[in-house]
Amino acid sequence: MTSSKLIQGYEVVIGFETHAQLSTKSKIFSRASTAFGAEPNTQACAVDLALPGTLPVMNKGAVERAIEFGLAVGSHIAPRSIFARKNYFYPDLPKGYQISQFEIPVVQGGAVEFFLGDEKKSVRLVRAHLEEDAGKSLHEDFIGQTGIDLNRAGTPLLEIVTEPDMRSSAEAVAYAKELHKIVTWIGICDGNMQEGSFRCDANVSVRKPGAPLGTRREIKNLNSFKFMQQAMDYEILWQIEQLEDGRAIEQATVLFNPDTGETRAMRSKEDAADYRYFPDPDLPPLVIANEWVQRVRSEMTELPRVMAARFCADYGLSEYDASTLTQSKDMAGYFEATAKACGQPKLAANWITGEMSRRLNATDIGLMQAPVGAAQLATLISRIADATISNNAAKQVFEALWSGESADVDAVIESKGLKQMNDSSALEKIIDDVLAVNAKNIEEFRAGKDRAFNALVGQVMKASKGQANPAQVNELLKRKLS
Amino acid sequence: MSAAMDKKPSAPHGDLHDLSVTELAALLRDRKVSAVEAAQHFLARIRAQPQLGAFLALNEDATLNQARAADERLAAASAGPLEGVPIAHKDIFVTRDWPSTAGSKMLSGYRSPFDATVVAKLKGAGAVNLGKLNCDEFAMGSSNENSAQTPIGFSAPEPVKNPWDVSRIPGGSSGGSAAAVAARLTPAATGTDTGGSIRQPASFCGITGIKPTYGRASRYGMIAFASSLDQAGPMARSAQDCALLLSAMCGPDPDRDSTSLDLPEEDFSRQLNDSIEGLRIGIPKEFFGEGLSADVRAAVQAALKEYEKLGAKLVEISLPRTELSIPVYYIIAPAEASSNLSRFDGVKFGHRAAHYSDLADMYQKTRSEGFGDEVKRRIMIGTYVLSHGYYDAYYLQAQKIRRMIADDFQQAFRQCDLIAGPVAPTVAWKIGEKSDDPVANYLADIFTLPASLAGLPGMSLPVGFGAAAMPVGMQLIGNYFSESRLLNAAHRFQSETDWHSRKPAGI
Amino acid sequence: MSLTSSDIARIAKLARLELPAAEAERMRTQLNDFFGIVEKMRAVDTAGIEPLEHPVATFQDIALRLREDRVSEPNQREANQQNAPALERGLFLVPKVIE
Repeated sequence: MTSSKLIQGYEVVIGFETHAQLSTKSKIFSRASTAFGAEPNTQACAVDLALPGTLPVMNKGAVERAIEFGLAVGSHIAPRSIFARKNYFYPDLPKGYQISQFEIPVVQGGAVEFFLGDEKKSVRLVRAHLEEDAGKSLHEDFIGQTGIDLNRAGTPLLEIVTEPDMRSSAEAVAYAKELHKIVTWIGICDGNMQEGSFRCDANVSVRKPGAPLGTRREIKNLNSFKFMQQAMDYEILWQIEQLEDGRAIEQATVLFNPDTGETRAMRSKEDAADYRYFPDPDLPPLVIANEWVQRVRSEMTELPRVMAARFCADYGLSEYDASTLTQSKDMAGYFEATAKACGQPKLAANWITGEMSRRLNATDIGLMQAPVGAAQLATLISRIADATISNNAAKQVFEALWSGESADVDAVIESKGLKQMNDSSALEKIIDDVLAVNAKNIEEFRAGKDRAFNALVGQVMKASKGQANPAQVNELLKRKLS
Repeated sequence: MSAAMDKKPSAPHGDLHDLSVTELAALLRDRKVSAVEAAQHFLARIRAQPQLGAFLALNEDATLNQARAADERLAAASAGPLEGVPIAHKDIFVTRDWPSTAGSKMLSGYRSPFDATVVAKLKGAGAVNLGKLNCDEFAMGSSNENSAQTPIGFSAPEPVKNPWDVSRIPGGSSGGSAAAVAARLTPAATGTDTGGSIRQPASFCGITGIKPTYGRASRYGMIAFASSLDQAGPMARSAQDCALLLSAMCGPDPDRDSTSLDLPEEDFSRQLNDSIEGLRIGIPKEFFGEGLSADVRAAVQAALKEYEKLGAKLVEISLPRTELSIPVYYIIAPAEASSNLSRFDGVKFGHRAAHYSDLADMYQKTRSEGFGDEVKRRIMIGTYVLSHGYYDAYYLQAQKIRRMIADDFQQAFRQCDLIAGPVAPTVAWKIGEKSDDPVANYLADIFTLPASLAGLPGMSLPVGFGAAAMPVGMQLIGNYFSESRLLNAAHRFQSETDWHSRKPAGI
Repeated sequence: MSLTSSDIARIAKLARLELPAAEAERMRTQLNDFFGIVEKMRAVDTAGIEPLEHPVATFQDIALRLREDRVSEPNQREANQQNAPALERGLFLVPKVIE
């Protein structure tokens, strides 16, 4: 519903801030492990706990991942960027400030491109900056108290900030999915949303078309695409309702409650507005030499958009198919293997985006677990291409392969007798029989009625139990009737 | 051995506590005295003379264990340059075997799971830790009246006293270090200098102290006050001793401190005896204005005459923004401090209020109870100058003038090799004299702040006595990384004079 | 410029300090004394001057030193929590945090 341009006469404006946990082994400023799920505070070292006298030392792996991301989305990699302190008190923030980047971030500009349906979209990035994650507050099982686990404190984050370019919740979700694809594709983030490795904050506002930007409310910590959509849809309608009732929107940070499907303003952090940012005196400027950027570029895996372009050029695919096939490395790999093996890229694309995807979605398993491998699919497609079987027959073969009835394409074609009848003498015999008993249709045809010809074709196909090659039937019939 | 441990050490060269670090190290190396004997001698003195309030914590077992280990290395001839030499640490350095409080109620009884890098390096060089020394709370102060901790031998917090006149302050913030060295309770001590906290107490107590170039000594394990200014340095009786100690304290700490410089370890003693013939000493006219008291001026000028005798040339220079260094420093340092001290929130360590209604109340009561007045004042100033709408006018403006001040020094060093002047406008004042006038305390830092803001090495050496027969120190400031040259100039002076070997009466 | 008592209250809240009326008033006087000596500084023309965050930067180029991405901190929970005011099952306890 919210993919339409206007809702009740209001234009939706959405910007995203995404926190992607970087896949380093050690923390951003300490040498403690970032592994998920350890016993509370067993991976919080002296530096992470901000014990008196401790100081931060920057992890090269985190910087390298930031560079990879910047290159993946066409950003400028700042040759010199600054770490700053964001000061606020919170029990899960051990130092009483978060080391982040403020005035000069490491990644500047860039854009994320994706398809919304078959419409191509591009969302501009403002920046992506390095910062440290906070710990976790456990509110359960402590009567009147909160337990603090600082294992997560100091985990490297890349905060990726967009311009307010998105105009619907659907577009915003599509952006988030594309961003998720990019960070997991280049391997800088494991993308595990349940474990909080990829968390999105949505800045949502609405306005009458042409009016200045409305006041935004920030929906925090959206960690599933489903909730993301629900939360934004609820928030959009809530804001419109407020405005319609003549109430002004107040800037606020809100949380989405999956149980009620509603958003509500947070009560804490109200007075944390004044973060007193200043350059961290413990950390000299982060200097990134061009040689480093070039080295990272040369070592990077082929990016989805580059690969998609190559699919269009080398295999003559449509942009849409190419982008669908580069949704994941698995799918892209599966496609290339199939296309190369059967030499029929277009057919391969159709089968993978069509029959294969349908079945995967229905059974909710990954492409790599699919019972039909690239080699089998390639053989199947070859049989269609060389007219051994018809498309309908191919679907039956696919079914047999999928259900595990057999793993051998040709065996299935044999056993089910799906081979198209391509030897003309046998076909001519059938045609002659059909013509012999259909004088009426022949007259009508000669009188110029195409319907009659189609009827004859149908008769022949029927008599051949569907095994005749329709093209061949047409050709022979024409010859005999002329 | 155990017999030797019980009887008073019979040192061939008079009392052990009158020996310099250099002399003591030689005696130990020659096995004329054992490390255990030395440690016990000083522990006994500290126990016997607690009235100065210099020491906050002793751990005799830990001290003697270190001493025994030193004796083993001395026996095995695998001794370090300071093997067996007793030293005490300002309580701003964290230590595993002694509580680490920074002189604050916030950290009463705090035990660090690790040793500060400087502490570990001195231990690695063989030094034996006698204990922890009193200081102004979080090193904020220049009189040592701001400590909230109770010295050994007392039952309540007590200001450190100046051994030359116990009614006077020893200076600060490394006041316990200066008093202990001057009173021969330890041959040497560590200090930290953010705006003069090594140089000023050294001057007030008639000892020698040096603050190296910012980044020379690792800040890891130094409880942070102002990160872009804090530097560790030695405090001892002579430049020769300071050189020995500084060589052991400095060096890169790449895994622990991002601001420690990538400079190889250096032997700061190597130039001690070089001639200073032709050395150009810059005299900043702004250091000799009407703010300078006559007694200090006279002592410093006499010392400069001595330098001329040694072949140095005096050159008048200008450091035009000397006065501005007061507001600039007292904006930058509190700004950094307000952030550095946010970790003291009663959650992970340190004081937590006994009674509170909710989280916000817990934070406020914990911090209000745990911090003393001066610390609160600086947190307030720092929070204000960083807050929305004031950052540019105060913090940013201060950082810009800081660069101008640093550039002024580079201008000056085109005309001279090092700079000399007073450390403080007066001698040590009376306890309580300025304690309810914070700004008066700030103004007294005028001569030490410029070098701190520029990150330059600076030192203080005794050059005579002023009003009330109190010691006067002279400040020497060098360009970046010129510590050896500074120590050389100071050592040559001390080779010709005996101000540095004078003792307070009754010591 | 001169700080009012509401300024003092705002700053104290930001800094999580509780200042009883008398203390707040003394703080206000002392801070205003201090900002008296700051006025000179505000008048200085600093057009085109780069702020100096790291002292040695006036003398040589400085760049952040980077560490290889290796884990070398063992679990030292017991030692690291020995000074904790309130603990339960390895967690630091604080008054309920309301989101």
